[in-house]
Amino acid sequence: MKFKTFFWFVAPSLFMMILFIAAPLISVFIQSFQITQPVMQQIEVETCTPGFLTQTCTTELKTVPVIDEATGKTQTTTAWVGLESYRNVLQMDKVWAAIGSGQFRDILQIDFWKALRFTLTFTLLTLPLVVGVGLAIALAVNNAAKSLRGPVIFISLLPFIITPVIGSLSIYWLFVGDGILTTTLERWTGQDIAMFAQSWTIELLMYFYRVWHVAPFAFVIFYAGLQTVNMDTLESAIIDGASRFERLRYVIVPHLMPLIVFIALIHLMDCYRVFEEIIGFRSEAHVISLQWLTFDFLTPDDAGNRAISRASASAMLTMIGIVILLILPLRRTWRDHKGGAH
Amino acid sequence: MSSKATAQPLSLKIASGAFLAFWCVLAAFPIFWIAVMSVKSPRDAFAASAWDVITGPVTQAAGNGLSVLDIVIGLAFLVYAVRWAFTGLPKLIAHLSPPAWIVLGWLVGAAVYAVVFVLLFFGLLPIILGAVNAIAGPLGTPILGLTTEHYVAVWGENAFYENFINSMIVTAGVVTVSLTVGTLAGYGLARSGSNLAFWLLILALIFRALPHSVLVAGYLPWFINSAEILRPIFGELSPTLYGQPWAVIAVLVAINQPFTIWMLRSFFQNIPSELDEAARVDGCSHFQAFRRVIMPVMWPGVITTGLFSFLLGYNDFLVTSLLLDAQNQTMVPAIAGYFNRETTTTDQVEAVAAAVSITAPLFLLVMVFQRQIVSGLTAGAVKG
Repeated sequence: MKFKTFFWFVAPSLFMMILFIAAPLISVFIQSFQITQPVMQQIEVETCTPGFLTQTCTTELKTVPVIDEATGKTQTTTAWVGLESYRNVLQMDKVWAAIGSGQFRDILQIDFWKALRFTLTFTLLTLPLVVGVGLAIALAVNNAAKSLRGPVIFISLLPFIITPVIGSLSIYWLFVGDGILTTTLERWTGQDIAMFAQSWTIELLMYFYRVWHVAPFAFVIFYAGLQTVNMDTLESAIIDGASRFERLRYVIVPHLMPLIVFIALIHLMDCYRVFEEIIGFRSEAHVISLQWLTFDFLTPDDAGNRAISRASASAMLTMIGIVILLILPLRRTWRDHKGGAH
Repeated sequence: MSSKATAQPLSLKIASGAFLAFWCVLAAFPIFWIAVMSVKSPRDAFAASAWDVITGPVTQAAGNGLSVLDIVIGLAFLVYAVRWAFTGLPKLIAHLSPPAWIVLGWLVGAAVYAVVFVLLFFGLLPIILGAVNAIAGPLGTPILGLTTEHYVAVWGENAFYENFINSMIVTAGVVTVSLTVGTLAGYGLARSGSNLAFWLLILALIFRALPHSVLVAGYLPWFINSAEILRPIFGELSPTLYGQPWAVIAVLVAINQPFTIWMLRSFFQNIPSELDEAARVDGCSHFQAFRRVIMPVMWPGVITTGLFSFLLGYNDFLVTSLLLDAQNQTMVPAIAGYFNRETTTTDQVEAVAAAVSITAPLFLLVMVFQRQIVSGLTAGAVKG
């Protein structure tokens, strides 16, 4: 295919990606060094309240935003502030103070570090669980009678396809104060249980939700991979006296290795932007993630202001994190490509 | 010989079967449970014993109940309707619609089927059953509490249908635009072995990894002020992009592009390139070859990719909640509005009913397109 034809085929897609992905990235990068604020002015306001004989009047200085005469909107100024937004997000002074005094737990009181800690633990802990559970379901389905497989795949797809916010809500409602599983657990243990009052139980439920939600995806892919296992290799392994576990370990898992890498890569990307769980479990007070932090900065506060510059700074930091996480897998792809026959 | 050597001991079979059963219960239980909760009165929905939640004594006492007869006839009707949808309906549609308009035929057919089903199931059936129950004696007395009041409240009083329409507009837009743009790019990438194509794919992979909040942080200031920024170009007609469904569609399409082109590319690679080369030899240009030779055979891949685009548009919370305002909010962010009001248990059960309403279309989707979803997941992994 000639370059020109190739270009015209790809152009619309490329245009969308440049306009709505690459350009916003540059914009975020610039915004993170700027701060836009309404122009404030101080004016004297005299307020009078009726009193006996004379009115009681007080004058005070008030700070109010300047209103543009022409448009009726508040005037804003944009100033370059260098790394200040990053400083506001990272709060390094508090971090150093905590390290200096040896109180490492204090670091996790700061929103950004709290979010980073949770995001990374979440990503790395659920990864082996998803691969393991997915593989186990695939092996079990492969073992089951043919007529059962269709319905089992249908049921398995439900957690995968459900809207993430709704999925986490459905689990939230099971464990909420008077939810059915909480009351059952309370009856068994004889204790008062509040799953959403402390962060570790919430985190536990989040891990559970994520594995429940993603394991079907891993299962379907592994199941497809299992259909192509070389039967000759498997039989020779049996003749050589390999036990069931050894066959799994030395024949099946190596055969599935490319798929495991693929799932790990996708899972890394998706888990790093963990967000819906925070909304569904309403855990803002206890557990937050990096993406939620940016979302929170972008949501207007009570006065209707959005902390765009701080959001941009936290967005840039989030992006640096995912780039670091992906460098290794991407280098591998690049090496494969160079080694390939292209 | 191999069958004997690979035969499994009974214990392993039982363990594997038990694990599978456990997984199925685990996978279906939360969804099943919110469906049950949504049709009970608030006191039953949050009752302490599971049996009370299922049978719903309070709901039943309030006069909303199903008798044995209701359940048996209702289930029989449901099973028959679903089976007919998979056997009778396709034949009827194939018979009635001209071959060139088969897609349109399916859309009209599905809509008519849905309307007729709702009329029969919720309109005619209760009237008949009410009359039958009155003369059926013990079989006709209510045993299972069931009420649709929360659905009526959600869809009627809270005007959830407006959110539903917004969701449908956004989702339909995302699917159509993403597929149109994506098929062209996917085909181009599959047929070009150049280094540039490889780098584009890697770039798309990196774009796919970006958290969406990063991108939204880039859009927001521009979208809010777009009327002033665009004024020099479009004059007074320049729109404020914030709160516009079509702006959200453009954003979601772009976010979805990396995934779409990867998936469609792997589908196009499975179509032998001899096919379009033959067309080229016969004098077609690349675009003509694409339109006349590739388009007729690409539908399985397009349907699968379309399903995943549908899921992205339908399930999105972050982008729609930040870029749309309250007037044209889609369903998923709208449910967050219930959190703030959720002061009484009635509100909670209404939120549950809204959640089930959002899940129902997805449930239908899996039922109809299970095979395509599975093949799509696998195709993405073939050439990861």
